[in-house]
Amino acid sequence: MSETLKITDLHVAIEGKLILRGVNLTINRGEIHALMGPNGSGKSTLGNAIMGHPSYEVTGGAIELNGENVLEWDATGRSRAGIFMAFQRPMAIPGVKMADFLRHATTNVRNPERKEGEELIPMRQFRKELTEKMDQLRMDTEFARRYVNDGFSGGEMKRAEILQLAMLRPKFAILDETDSGLDVDAVKLASESIAEIGGEQMGILIITHHDKLLERNTPDFTHVMLGGKLVETGGVELARELYTDGYDRIRTSYPEAAAAEEAMTEVEAV
Amino acid sequence: MSVMLTNTGFTQEAFDAFLAERSEPDWLADLRKNAWSRFDEMSLPTSRDEEWMRTDIRLFKLDKFSLAVESNEVELPRALLAEGVELGGRSVSVDRRSVECQLSEKWSNQGVLFGSLDAIVAEHGDQLRPYFERHLVDPHFDKFSALNAACWSGGSVLFVPKGVQIDEPLHSLSVMSDGGTDLGKTLVILEEGAEATLLAESASTTVDAGGLHCGSIELIVEKGARLRYVNLQNWGNGVWHFAHQMAHVAANANLQWTIGALGSRLAKVNQRVALIGQDAEAQVNGVMFTQGKQHLCYNTHQHHQAEFCQSDLLYKAALQDRSRTVWRGMIQVDEGAQRTNAYQRNDNLMLATTARADSIPGLEIEADDVRCTHGSTSGRVDDQQLFYAMTRGYTRQEAVRMIVSGFFQKVFDRITIESVREALGEAIGRRVRDI
Repeated sequence: MSETLKITDLHVAIEGKLILRGVNLTINRGEIHALMGPNGSGKSTLGNAIMGHPSYEVTGGAIELNGENVLEWDATGRSRAGIFMAFQRPMAIPGVKMADFLRHATTNVRNPERKEGEELIPMRQFRKELTEKMDQLRMDTEFARRYVNDGFSGGEMKRAEILQLAMLRPKFAILDETDSGLDVDAVKLASESIAEIGGEQMGILIITHHDKLLERNTPDFTHVMLGGKLVETGGVELARELYTDGYDRIRTSYPEAAAAEEAMTEVEAV
Repeated sequence: MSVMLTNTGFTQEAFDAFLAERSEPDWLADLRKNAWSRFDEMSLPTSRDEEWMRTDIRLFKLDKFSLAVESNEVELPRALLAEGVELGGRSVSVDRRSVECQLSEKWSNQGVLFGSLDAIVAEHGDQLRPYFERHLVDPHFDKFSALNAACWSGGSVLFVPKGVQIDEPLHSLSVMSDGGTDLGKTLVILEEGAEATLLAESASTTVDAGGLHCGSIELIVEKGARLRYVNLQNWGNGVWHFAHQMAHVAANANLQWTIGALGSRLAKVNQRVALIGQDAEAQVNGVMFTQGKQHLCYNTHQHHQAEFCQSDLLYKAALQDRSRTVWRGMIQVDEGAQRTNAYQRNDNLMLATTARADSIPGLEIEADDVRCTHGSTSGRVDDQQLFYAMTRGYTRQEAVRMIVSGFFQKVFDRITIESVREALGEAIGRRVRDI
């Protein structure tokens, strides 16, 4: 049976303000989905809601992983169930070395039943695996000794997120603008990396503005978000159209969503 | 089984009885009497005194405590700092009485003295007299320093003769039972070129124990000597903790002084380091974790009296519940202390919105060719950090603990003794509550 992350009629509010107004999306393991849309249309909100961010209130609809209700789990439960997000702006944790952070994280995700204080993955085994993955991602091993995202450049943060993706090997991964802030070569490396670390075994949702990230990770589906809804779904050609021509055609075709988008951005501007 | 004595408080009668029981040299009795008359004249500090503005001791009643030494049989709390360490000597005291004292022959044969100050001053009074008379802690500073100078008992001493380098840590544990009074005095003397590591910890018999600790610590590090001194304060959370602490670091000498402050209901500690000879160096590390309604106030003082000296102070505090910390730091540079390099920093991590940390750095510089820097930060564990760690499989509780241990990492990196790092890390980890 193929594994599925299924989102049905999802409504999400932040501080009482409705952002997502009925999102439907089904991702099967092994598929790549691109999520595109203008700034402020709710793309990152979808990612955060799937991960269980406490500030994002689900006011309606469902998120299910293989039929199980994801909404009952906190972020810890969701990550241990195999859902991952590479953040657009990951948080710094000063004083905690990347390697220690990841050893703990990897142990927890691979042994979802683990209780605090129980054994971690043996150091040697973990080191070996981490070094292999870092080699694959062409990262300096010194990186593992730095504090988590502390003083990292934009590019370093994104690569650190991909390293975490590689180590945690989730079933479903959301990549939130993993390409933004990267130069062309870095985007190329990132997209190759995702393919190399076994992207084909995951269900991936790529939130992006770039075509480069999609070049090596050709989407099976492209979704367009506007005003908190997925208004159109197509293949790779839709992604190409959007980064070449922008969103004018979409706005014209879906006046109701466009109006909602305008209202949302106006509120933000105030 | 405990012998109940009438609570006599700190009266002239009680003091006379205390003196009569002790067989001490006259010079020491004179020092005590002198300090006692100061104690008698002075009143307890109040919030009108600048130093006490932020520390309210109106609920503290000195009369509730007693000068009489009681003899209690207690179960010793676990010594944290000595775990897994090959020790050169150990000393344990309970309610001011020495209950155990060992020093490896290798060191005693070289003239090292270690153990109860009571016992050693009785036997080696002439040898220790000059150090007493240096009065590192001023007995006239306030009522607490006078009380300690007049009435100290038990206590501990380490004397390391010229050139003797002790390469195994020494450990002392000072235990107080519930409601007890501890008037300990610590005296550490490293003669020229000597080296030693002393791990000192104080603890109550139970976590919730009350009591009074009014103590003093004097560290004398002579020319070219090197002392690593660790002081872990782990009193029960009902204990009143008043302490005056002072180090003299002579030319080319080096002091690493680490303080762990975990216990007590209210603490008011004056920790002073004076660099009295050229090229002296001092590193001061403070690790504080507070909870409940604890109030911990540390006044630190780095006094540069000679040229080319370095001092480097880092205090880090994590606070939860309704607890409060006050750190007042002063770097004082005398006119002649050119080319001073002095640094002080205090970082606070708030684990609850109801906690409060005051951070008051200060500089008093009379020399004109110095480098003095200070800084302080306050931050909180933020929800975004917690969420991020949770999306990586951490439970909320694990995430909080990780963030707290990361916060202390910088000060742990400076503490060169592994057992101390581990003991502090573990003690803090156990205290961190879910937030």
